[in-house]
Amino acid sequence: MIGWLRANPDAFLDALLQHLALSVSGLLIGVALALPAALLLARRPVLAEWASAGAGVLRTLPSLAVLAALLPLLGVGFTPSVVALALLALPPVLLHALVGLRGAEPAAVEAARGMGFTPLQSLLRVELPLALPQVFAGLRTAAVQVVSGASLATFIGGGGLGDLVTQGMALLDIPQVQVGGIAIALLALATEGGFGWLQRRWERA
Amino acid sequence: MIELRGVTKAWPGGAGVQALDLSVPEGECCALIGPSGCGKTTTLRLVNRLVEPDAGSIRIGGADALKQDPVHLRRGIGYVIQEGGLFPHRRIGANVATVPALLGWNAARTRARVEEVLTLVGLDPARYRDRWPHQLSGGERQRVGVARALAADPPVLLLDEPFGAVDPLRRAQLQAEVLSLLKHLRKTVLLVTHDVQEAVRLGDSVALMRGGRLVQHAAPAEMLAHPADGFVAEFLGADRALTRLGLFRIRDVPRDAATVAGEALPEATTLRDALSAMLERGVRAVPVTEGGALTLEAVLRSR
Ligand SMILES: Nc1ncnc2c1ncn2[C@@H]1O[C@H](COP(=O)(O)OP(=O)(O)OP(=O)(O)O)[C@@H](O)[C@H]1O
Ligand SMILES: [Mg+2]
Repeated sequence: MIGWLRANPDAFLDALLQHLALSVSGLLIGVALALPAALLLARRPVLAEWASAGAGVLRTLPSLAVLAALLPLLGVGFTPSVVALALLALPPVLLHALVGLRGAEPAAVEAARGMGFTPLQSLLRVELPLALPQVFAGLRTAAVQVVSGASLATFIGGGGLGDLVTQGMALLDIPQVQVGGIAIALLALATEGGFGWLQRRWERA
Repeated sequence: MIELRGVTKAWPGGAGVQALDLSVPEGECCALIGPSGCGKTTTLRLVNRLVEPDAGSIRIGGADALKQDPVHLRRGIGYVIQEGGLFPHRRIGANVATVPALLGWNAARTRARVEEVLTLVGLDPARYRDRWPHQLSGGERQRVGVARALAADPPVLLLDEPFGAVDPLRRAQLQAEVLSLLKHLRKTVLLVTHDVQEAVRLGDSVALMRGGRLVQHAAPAEMLAHPADGFVAEFLGADRALTRLGLFRIRDVPRDAATVAGEALPEATTLRDALSAMLERGVRAVPVTEGGALTLEAVLRSR
């Protein structure tokens, strides 16, 4: 294993960077879609109900199934992988943000309206800040799922650490498979730990 | 001036406000009382249009409130909600500065005003400005709520049990201060309270509601002396005659020239306290510091 790493440092580094690029892009796009959607839906209870149900369904679909389903639509490569990862990131962020926005302290929201905030001002300056802990929790869940999910990108030619596993399998190069597997696991753990640390730090502030 | 005419709001559940006629003249304070759920909060929320009436007209300062932009309308009305409603994610200073910020005041003016209103409600700005709401006691938070409502100097104030969580001593003091301030600034105030004593002390008039309807609206002494019906009498309490005596002071009634023994009472003493002193001493007259004596007969005649 160490031997394989010594012999192929560039291949490992490439796969790792690609994995990170996939994850970060997927996560950012997912959040960029989920947050505005949550803000738009926050005041429309019926639509929000439907969106939550939809997000719930999306969340239960196995990542591999999503990738396979997207293959004929988007083809293979980096971009379809990012799209699939964004779809993976969207549900947890959307669901958590909706819960947070709708649970924002009613007295504060009432006071904001009563003092003459426009609905948009109230949403951005009162409800969203009060929902941030929930939004962050959603972000943490999404990040871990995306980092894990990115290891499947190899099946549609998206690259990443998953490549090490699939290539290793094809070549029956067990150390390479091991390096890929362990790197994926460590990265997922580090993501969970890192976001958890950020969350605790921020809650204390 | 706040003027409600035939205002009706029915909630899906049934309760609400029915055909409410209520007017509060410019610069006066109307205390709104009544049992829980009778529609006091709903009435306040109708005035600033957090609730839209099904029927009726609402005029504020002579203008039709229902024709104005609600957001603009609300920025000109100070509002203290029953639960306080401070923004937990903003420091005390920023909370108080809410409406000035919405109105686009500059930093220096806002800062000076925040200090002024915090001092007004008895909170030292240096100590409280940079704290978070969760670091304050319930009573302190309520006072911040009042400061926030006063910040942009609105001509009309809606106060929903603003001092419910303040201890009785501090509360009486705060009521007195805020009231004299409101009088001085000629604010038009609609004040909701559960406390009859507070209502008669603070209100130029008292409006008693029951089941969404206005039962009686009168000056405090008038309502205490002549309750419209059994419900009003019961709500005001069996001691309403004593409560009423609390509205008058020794200087308000004729005095006897005779000299009487005992410790003298200042003429600013309420008749209620004076009567209590007579009961305590077992006498029919007490001397007054400024001269003369107050007799039991004078107290009885005051009704
Ligand atoms: N948004 C609403 N939707 C439906 N019903 C409501 C709503 N707001 C108030 N009500 C009902 O209207 C009635 C009057 O409520 P309101 O809050 O005005 O009472 P209140 O006099 O302020 O009572 P309290 O002294 O307990 O604060 C209550 O029965 C309440 O359940
Ligand atoms: Mg109420």
